[in-house]
Amino acid sequence: MIPELGHFALALAVVLAGSQAVLPLWGAERRDPALMASAPPLAIGQFLALALAFGALVWSSVVSDFSVLNVAENSQSLKPLLYKITGAWGDHEGSILLWCLILATCGAAVGVFGGALPAALRARVIGVLGATSAGFVLFSLTVSNPFVRLWPAPMEGRGMNPLLEDPGLAFHPPILYAGYVGFAIPFAFAVAALIEGRVDAAWGRWVRPWALAAWAFLTGGIALGSWWSYYVLGWGGYWFWDPVENASLLPWLAGTALVHSAIVVEKREALKIWTVLLAIGTFSLSLCGTFLVRSGILNSVHAFANDPARGVFILVLLALVIGTALVLFAWRAPRLMPTGVFAPLSREGALVVNNILLCAIAAVVFTGTTYPLFAQLLAGAQISVGAPFFNATVLPLTIPLFAAMVVGPMLSWKRAQLAPALFRLWWVALAALLVGLISAWGWAALPALGFAGAAWLVLGAFAPIIERVRLFRLPLGASWVRLAGVPLAAWGGVIAHAGLGLTTAGLSGMALAEHRIVAVHPGETVAVGGYDWTLLGLRDAPGPNYTARLAEIRVARDGRTIAILTPGRRSYPLQRTTTTETAIRTNLARDLYAVLGEEHDGTAVLRLHVNPLAPWIWLGALVMALGGGLSLADRRLRIGAPLRRGAAARAASA
Amino acid sequence: MSGAEPARVLPRRLLLALPLVAAAAGGLGFYALLRRMEAGRYDPHGVDNPLVGHAIPTFAALPAQAPATQGFGAADLRAAGRPVLVNFFASWCVPCRIEHPQLMALARAGVPLWGIAYKDHEAAAEALLAEEGNPYHQLARDESGRVSIDWGIYGVPETFLIDRAGIVRGHWAGPLSADLVASEVRPMLGKYA
Repeated sequence: MIPELGHFALALAVVLAGSQAVLPLWGAERRDPALMASAPPLAIGQFLALALAFGALVWSSVVSDFSVLNVAENSQSLKPLLYKITGAWGDHEGSILLWCLILATCGAAVGVFGGALPAALRARVIGVLGATSAGFVLFSLTVSNPFVRLWPAPMEGRGMNPLLEDPGLAFHPPILYAGYVGFAIPFAFAVAALIEGRVDAAWGRWVRPWALAAWAFLTGGIALGSWWSYYVLGWGGYWFWDPVENASLLPWLAGTALVHSAIVVEKREALKIWTVLLAIGTFSLSLCGTFLVRSGILNSVHAFANDPARGVFILVLLALVIGTALVLFAWRAPRLMPTGVFAPLSREGALVVNNILLCAIAAVVFTGTTYPLFAQLLAGAQISVGAPFFNATVLPLTIPLFAAMVVGPMLSWKRAQLAPALFRLWWVALAALLVGLISAWGWAALPALGFAGAAWLVLGAFAPIIERVRLFRLPLGASWVRLAGVPLAAWGGVIAHAGLGLTTAGLSGMALAEHRIVAVHPGETVAVGGYDWTLLGLRDAPGPNYTARLAEIRVARDGRTIAILTPGRRSYPLQRTTTTETAIRTNLARDLYAVLGEEHDGTAVLRLHVNPLAPWIWLGALVMALGGGLSLADRRLRIGAPLRRGAAARAASA
Repeated sequence: MSGAEPARVLPRRLLLALPLVAAAAGGLGFYALLRRMEAGRYDPHGVDNPLVGHAIPTFAALPAQAPATQGFGAADLRAAGRPVLVNFFASWCVPCRIEHPQLMALARAGVPLWGIAYKDHEAAAEALLAEEGNPYHQLARDESGRVSIDWGIYGVPETFLIDRAGIVRGHWAGPLSADLVASEVRPMLGKYA
């Protein structure tokens, strides 16, 4: 009964999304206030219908209703409750429904929070979101239906992939999807602006908070995924340049560029066409990231349902969404005239450089990811592109990017001079140089360069604030008063830039990681990374739906015990798979990381790592997302003011 | 991005149509790949072997794998006088066990099947064959895996079809399924018989 209800709600959502696409757009074209006003209720209705459908799916999973095919294939009665809930989006059908729900949430959010937008723009934005939504909900209803029944119902489900039974991964998809799908709102704003043929400062001000929110979620989602692969897969790595990882990195790079170029639209009314293109491009890359990966075309470790028929449906859908936007862009963008002019050397100029570099990195990653496909298609050759290509091409591009990240905020708008800005950064450069030299003394050149870059970013991020409060040039009290006046948005930028510095430090630290694979008898001691690792013993431990084998390892330095690590192996009899349970002990400066491998003839194979600064990689990403959030908090306070004035002006003229 | 004077309007229009053209080209490419996947002509997880169409790599006779008493080398394969299936397997490999019934069926049908135990303990491989049956006419072992590297082995199991002249005609990475045997292995065996 409940699954039927969900099925019906899904069908209802298609109808509501269809109406949400047609009525507001038509209303905005005819300037019909009643039709335009139908947009928010339709968007909220579509959201409620999908929430009901999603709730029904979660319910079926929680009560282990194995007559639902999706639940039978991905769940089992013994699974812990948390994973019964999160398992609802662990497979293809469920995750597509979640994707649709988040898209509907975006539409409803514009409906609820977009009260200050001009009625026609709001109707168009919600209409475009509805049109996008209609296609994907239809996809869910027709070829990817999560409510398909299975009869006779089996007694027990087939169980979830045990790798996914992990809190990190349980919440990875919703956060990542919120990032991916969140970029639908800037996309809808871009398409609406193209329909209206107008982009102005207000448009930039409206788009930027949505883009920032999506960006912050995407940053968090990528970091969570990377952290998961670090501690669950037990390979000791954190990023593999796998197509699925690249698919999430591409919209992040484009989205980062978008967040910056929208500032220029907002402050200076320039870069309009470029910003509109970025908004379209970011969401297009998100769509490709979610769906082309799932079509099974790309060879990836994250293999999802491999169904070419679904692939064709998705491709047609993507062609409609992206194609329509780009046709509109080619047709209408020539009307968007820039009004603000600026010298190449200015804050705007630095933001253009930032955009060019970010897009260059995105282009390189895109090329590396799709090259094997097109080599196969055009030349019939089987080629794989791996980490060496990406490292060799992306690293050189990050150097000018890091330079621009610190120098740019020191430049003034419209026209600036480079020499004074550089001169004011002398202490940052000196500190970075010292850090680099000290690290180069002990270690290899590349990590040293990374540490210097990290110091440059973190200290340089604070330089504009220090400049703003005139630290050491005014009395401290006066500086303090000025500090309190620094808007949250400025802090947001500073913190996000510093976060990238922390991540860079973490990445550089990982380049110094040491690891050894050893086969040891219980009682034996090996030395790795300056620590003595002793295998104390091996034992069996039962679990709810698995049996575990645990190794107890004492890690000591100079005879003093620092940690007891218990890495393990779990066998899941139902799924016939084994997972490794990595043991990690961190003190923020380094991770002690141990993995238990096979055992034979009384010896156990252990992989032991010492990873300096590893947690900083994800900590930095968290700080970046936090910076985005701070900036957003400020936006929300300021967003109403100019708009309400605009509304009052309209009321006065009417 | 900078202000365009009227004379440059057309190139500007062309420039702004560029994203559409690029996306359309990409979309067509993906469509072509999807069609190939549907038709079974493109497998993103596929592992091609460069040996197909070329002579087998030369290797000195490998030691015997029990229960066989005699190993074999490249010369023995070339002298077989009929098409031969060469199967790389290991007792520690789960997909090999999944594949085993297909191999037994091929052996019962009289197909000459030569096995190479890849990086395996001799006793463990012997125990496997004692337990599940021995489909192999000839058995050798490649304990160091050196010969397997020359064959371009990616993982076990992998199966090659060698024609009378010692040319590699077919290659299958991963376990042979009943479908695969019926749709590919048998027709090719017939073709080169």
